[in-house]
Amino acid sequence: MLRSKLAWCAVLTTSALLLAACGGGSGSGGGSGDKVQLSLVAYSTPQEAYEQIIKAYQKTLQGRNVTFTKSFGGSGDQSRAVESGLRADIVAFSLEPDMTRLVKAKLVAEDWNKDEHAGMITESVVAVGTRKGNPKGLRTWDDLAKPGVEVITPNPFTSGGARWNVMAAYGAASKKGAEQQAGVDYLQALFANVPVQDDSARKSLQTFSSGKGDAILAYENEAIFAQQKNAELDYVVPDDTILIENPAAVTAKSEHPTEAKAFLEFLRSKEAQEIFVKNGYRPTADGIAGADAFPTPSGLFTIKDLGGWSEVTKKFFDPKGSIMADVEKKLGVSVEK
Amino acid sequence: MKSSDTLPGRAAPEGPAGARSLEAAAGPLVEASGEPETVRAAPTRRRPTLGLGLGLGTATIYLSLIVLIPLAAVVWRSTEDGLGGFWGYVTTPESLSALKLTIGASVVVALVNLVMGTLIAWVLVRDSFPGKSVVEMLIDLPFALPTIVAGLVLLALYGPGSPLGIDLAYARSGVVVALLFVTLPFVIRTVQPVLLEMDHEMEEAAASLGAGNATIFRRIILPNLLPAMFAGTALAFARSMSEFGATVLISGNLPFKTQVAAVNIFGQIESDNVVGAAAVSTVLLLVALIVLVSLDGLQRWGSRRG
Amino acid sequence: MAKYALRATALIYLLFLLVLPIGLICWKTFSGGVGPVVESLSSPSALHAFKVTVVVALFAVVANTIFGVGAAVLLVRHEFRGKRLLNALIDLPIAVSPVVVGLALILVYGRFAPLGGWLADRGIDIIFSLPGMVLATVFVSLPLVVRAVAPVLQEIGIEQEQAAWTLGARPWQAFLRITLPGIRWALGYGMVLALARSLGEYGAIAVVSGRLVDQTQTVTLLVEERFQNFDQQTAYAAAFAMAVIAVLTLLLISLLRPKEDAK
Repeated sequence: MLRSKLAWCAVLTTSALLLAACGGGSGSGGGSGDKVQLSLVAYSTPQEAYEQIIKAYQKTLQGRNVTFTKSFGGSGDQSRAVESGLRADIVAFSLEPDMTRLVKAKLVAEDWNKDEHAGMITESVVAVGTRKGNPKGLRTWDDLAKPGVEVITPNPFTSGGARWNVMAAYGAASKKGAEQQAGVDYLQALFANVPVQDDSARKSLQTFSSGKGDAILAYENEAIFAQQKNAELDYVVPDDTILIENPAAVTAKSEHPTEAKAFLEFLRSKEAQEIFVKNGYRPTADGIAGADAFPTPSGLFTIKDLGGWSEVTKKFFDPKGSIMADVEKKLGVSVEK
Repeated sequence: MKSSDTLPGRAAPEGPAGARSLEAAAGPLVEASGEPETVRAAPTRRRPTLGLGLGLGTATIYLSLIVLIPLAAVVWRSTEDGLGGFWGYVTTPESLSALKLTIGASVVVALVNLVMGTLIAWVLVRDSFPGKSVVEMLIDLPFALPTIVAGLVLLALYGPGSPLGIDLAYARSGVVVALLFVTLPFVIRTVQPVLLEMDHEMEEAAASLGAGNATIFRRIILPNLLPAMFAGTALAFARSMSEFGATVLISGNLPFKTQVAAVNIFGQIESDNVVGAAAVSTVLLLVALIVLVSLDGLQRWGSRRG
Repeated sequence: MAKYALRATALIYLLFLLVLPIGLICWKTFSGGVGPVVESLSSPSALHAFKVTVVVALFAVVANTIFGVGAAVLLVRHEFRGKRLLNALIDLPIAVSPVVVGLALILVYGRFAPLGGWLADRGIDIIFSLPGMVLATVFVSLPLVVRAVAPVLQEIGIEQEQAAWTLGARPWQAFLRITLPGIRWALGYGMVLALARSLGEYGAIAVVSGRLVDQTQTVTLLVEERFQNFDQQTAYAAAFAMAVIAVLTLLLISLLRPKEDAK
């Protein structure tokens, strides 16, 4: 008797918990007043920025009935996850090729970048982070390739940030692509100094902060984020470095295209761009407060100067055979697919 | 999981070739050896084979959908590029290094547990001191604590910023410490029951004949403990080979230095190298299989010793 | 003399490996006072993570309890071909690495796998969603209830049920009123073990969940994610909560464990 009573209690409790879970979770979209849930899949570093932007968005008229689920990770990993079925309404990656992959898979419309900003919502540059006070005096690219120096960078086959790092290093050493061999030699020397390649930029920052390495190659916004979190880190923006441009788009298979587009528009608005700036990102919109505090490196170049992403991806990052695949192979790091 | 739960349970239905015995109507007896089934005379028999078939079928489907088919898929996918391809994936410098590190560390951990586990079990059974019941309870903590929590705490204790001033992060010793934590209860919990059940008479007889403590231990106690000790060690080894969460934080996952096999597999899954991940996983599964088979053998050895 | 040496060695080993870590969790968590701990644990993300953890664990425990009792009865009370195989297969999950569990499930239930693709076309997502997490948790805790119940089931024997049958009871009645009460302590023990294991799973869940903050993030995933994002306060608070749950589980286990001295 008691047994069956207990059994019924268990069944009821479980059902109650189930209902609570369903109720507290997603709400189906439809009429106004119903909660719409959007799924944001992004690369690793803008997590805090997006948390703040989402909160700001939910205070606006459009955003009042929107809830979000978010996923953050290495840009390449996230892109592949969406390709493999991870549900997303808005995707934000570190670099264009991770978006192009989804365009090819028909998960993002082909005209995603036909606006005035070419689909980009934030910018940054590649910076060199060092220990506080820069005890080893690492300021230039050549310093980083010196023997005995440990440099932290993520794995270019999983992390978008790592690809920006590689192209910045290559562009600087090869004089914007003019001296290719010098650039390739430099990459080999640089990566010989990398003890561990984490799978995302944020994880790399974590590694550096916990004491590993003398310098870290990172987005300028990561270095700023670290300083805001009181990490013991200084950073230098080299004269020759690359302009980082981060794309974002709405997915083609989104169940709430109107709401997703509205959020994407919000990302370009003054309010969201200001939040990005506060988190260390350079804005793409004009006239944002705080934007001129960012230094402009004298030798700044873009990915177009190096041939554009489609060519660069093939030449540098094809796991089956490319410059970085060779570099990694020589170091014994496997890069299948 | 207590391994002592495993051993008796698995010993269960090994009676004389599973023969059924017909009992007299007066009173059925279940033999102490665990003969599980007695069949009464037909009119009062209430166990239709339909129920058995249904139950067995359901259990099989459950097991297949959740355990068997997925594991088979891993082995299947690992051979996608042929046996040569399989070997290639297993012997990439990074994966090979991870496997070597994992096996090496697991051997070390297993041996340490063999000694320390037996020692601690001995102290818990034969000694008494204030707070022993608390210690007794806490031994099982590594079973109950999530591995990532253990990893976080061990990193705080033995990593940068350690209050003890020891920094084992990014070092193999950090990996070993993490593995020692998660394997702590295994040998202890297999040896304890045997020690508890042990008959003191032989020890007392030996003592009365003038044997010293060390001799008694070596020649009377130890032989009886060996099956249990080795069983616990095998379990500790298997657990250590497959550990992921506890090592992930403190090891820093430096390839060729501190990256264990499970982390290597995880990285390959994240990078979409499914076949490579499956190949290394298959190696781990093979090792697990060997351990399970040895455990079965050890258990038979143990039950034969009476 | 040797006794004290042994005791000291054992206690020192346990001190460094067990006691100090526990003490450190408490210290690190509350180094800023109780306020921040409560605050970080009551954030929407943390609360959601607790909810996800509990829901997944409950599903897994219920499933494995039903399977566990059924399998125990099959193994102890019946003879059939392949019994030894079933016996061995049930133990398999214990030896499999959690990451391999995750990979195995992705290979069968992922969108590009035959079964997974078929289900996805019908709108059922397994991987990157709650069902996948439940499957992973069921996998890792599968043997626990069976192995707790089987020995006791064997020991209590079948006589009482047979007596019931002779008195006219149907098999189900005998099962509910005689068998189940007979194994209730072992069942409780097995369920507590399964629950602890399910609440604390990390590796397999990390692989199949897709890292969806506020959707498929369990407390264990929260600990890691918060730590990676420099939010040590929340990471330690969540870790502390799991440690408390672990200790409670230990208490329950030691109360419910089949007593050795009762033999």
